[in-house]
Amino acid sequence: MATINLNLISGRTIQQGVAIESGKEKPSYRTACGIIELDPSDLKKLGAWKNTNVRVTSDYGSVVVKAIETTQGPHPGLGFIPMGPWANAIVNPNTYSTGMPTFKGTPVKVEVAIKEPILLGIELVQKLCEVK
Amino acid sequence: MTKTMTDVVCPFCGTLCDDLEVVVSDDGKQLKEVYNACVIGTEKFLHSQTKDRITRPRLKQPDGSWKEVSYDEAVEYTAQMLANAKKPLMYGWSSTNCEAQSVGHEIAEMAGACVDNTAAVCHGPTVIALQDIGLPSCTLGEIKNRADRILFWGCNPAHAHPRHMSRYSIYPRGFFTGKGQKSRKMIVVDPRVTDTAKLADVHLQVEQGRDYELLNAFRVALNNEWLPDVVAGIPAAKIREAADLCKNGRFGIIFFGMGVTQTLSKNHNIDEAIALTKHLNEFTKFSIMPMRGHYNVTGSGEVLGWQFGFPYSVDLTRGFARYNPGDTSSIDLLARGEVDAMFTIASDPGAHFPISCVKHIAKIPSVCIDPHQTPTSGVSKLHVPVAFVGVEVGGNAYRMDNVPIDMRKVVDPPAGMLTDEEFLTKVRDRLKQLKGKA
Repeated sequence: MATINLNLISGRTIQQGVAIESGKEKPSYRTACGIIELDPSDLKKLGAWKNTNVRVTSDYGSVVVKAIETTQGPHPGLGFIPMGPWANAIVNPNTYSTGMPTFKGTPVKVEVAIKEPILLGIELVQKLCEVK
Repeated sequence: MTKTMTDVVCPFCGTLCDDLEVVVSDDGKQLKEVYNACVIGTEKFLHSQTKDRITRPRLKQPDGSWKEVSYDEAVEYTAQMLANAKKPLMYGWSSTNCEAQSVGHEIAEMAGACVDNTAAVCHGPTVIALQDIGLPSCTLGEIKNRADRILFWGCNPAHAHPRHMSRYSIYPRGFFTGKGQKSRKMIVVDPRVTDTAKLADVHLQVEQGRDYELLNAFRVALNNEWLPDVVAGIPAAKIREAADLCKNGRFGIIFFGMGVTQTLSKNHNIDEAIALTKHLNEFTKFSIMPMRGHYNVTGSGEVLGWQFGFPYSVDLTRGFARYNPGDTSSIDLLARGEVDAMFTIASDPGAHFPISCVKHIAKIPSVCIDPHQTPTSGVSKLHVPVAFVGVEVGGNAYRMDNVPIDMRKVVDPPAGMLTDEEFLTKVRDRLKQLKGKA
């Protein structure tokens, strides 16, 4: 399977906004934020169909999300995960003494992971924190 | 019969729309419909009515299940946690009213806590920059009535502040902007072709993380000095075109968002954006404004500012206020494992902090005060649901341009539920007893 290297950013989407207000325990939160928006050319390099589960890994962590074709592109080389627990499982937490983590611009590796499940928001954070 | 309430204020984003109409049942207990709000604001109002809402505090049991407790027990747990902690962190505040924030700060002073709001992961670098070199700003009303050059730099209001463009910045017909959108030029700087960028007259698809260079190149272009052929992925000719467009306006505004605060150069990006604004004032009138996210994060900065002198990342552990982002800021405190109790209110660090920080929250005594179930409540020991501010209780909030607006109560909260302010007042009074100050 192919692996591609991308520059990851995160941010708000209107679907994320609606999902956080309608309940972060619900699957709709995962549908809105447990995704990575990829440029069509990057999807092609990855050799994946749209809506395939992929594993995104950085120096700081690893998470499974659904790869979808971007609606706000083209942006080849750039991956976008909406702000939320999925993005924050892998972003660069270093603040370099400013108080602000480096949420945008984390180098990541993306690989197809068809058989791995995408966890719900609260479930993901609890699992990573090793609490019930 | 139903009745319609007008001029309701939306408690979602910093745009703080104040023209909503909400239909409520005759007894004032049920919220039926919401008009004029964006899709997110509508969802916020309607979600308060769900049947599966949690209405009483819950304490986490060793097996991971929740046990319902009374508000009094929750007050006791919270006060004891704060009284026993050496360095508690009291984080959040951005989705509650200024009245609750003020009571919270009394608690923080007694507990010797660190107090921080969501600017920590939002416009914190903006605060650092404006303390460095100032912020020439204005109100959204002035923009509506006067601005004919609008720059959105690293922000995407079509998604994050859905009614910003229609109420203030692009579409409204103001006093000197009678033709609405036709009297304005819109420039968007973003590494993606965002839905905001698709509406722009000029879109500069900057290379991600190269905003500082581009801001600097704008200033070079203003002076008609030499530029390399390409800066930050943008051809020099296009930078000159955009700079000229700014120069030729009568009144311009730079709105900026997380695209500049969360990339590597952080506060230095904002320094340069403010310097660009100052520079543009040599040619025409220009202002700059941060696109604040939570509806009352600006208010939290205001209240912290007038009470302690600093707008975020305030450390009260020594009995007086200290401020040093990087040292007293939430992310760094958690990353270093320095705090021994976590008090979260009106925000969701569990979802929006890097996971390495959330792991520390999960290890220490913790209370989460939030009407919703969130990843933060999922890793906290005590979850205290409260009434929705702006829906079930009124109060004061500050719009992104520092204009205070009084929010309205629309419906009653479910029977027996406390508001943020009521719960915090009880915690404050109990903590006073525990600290022997009653």
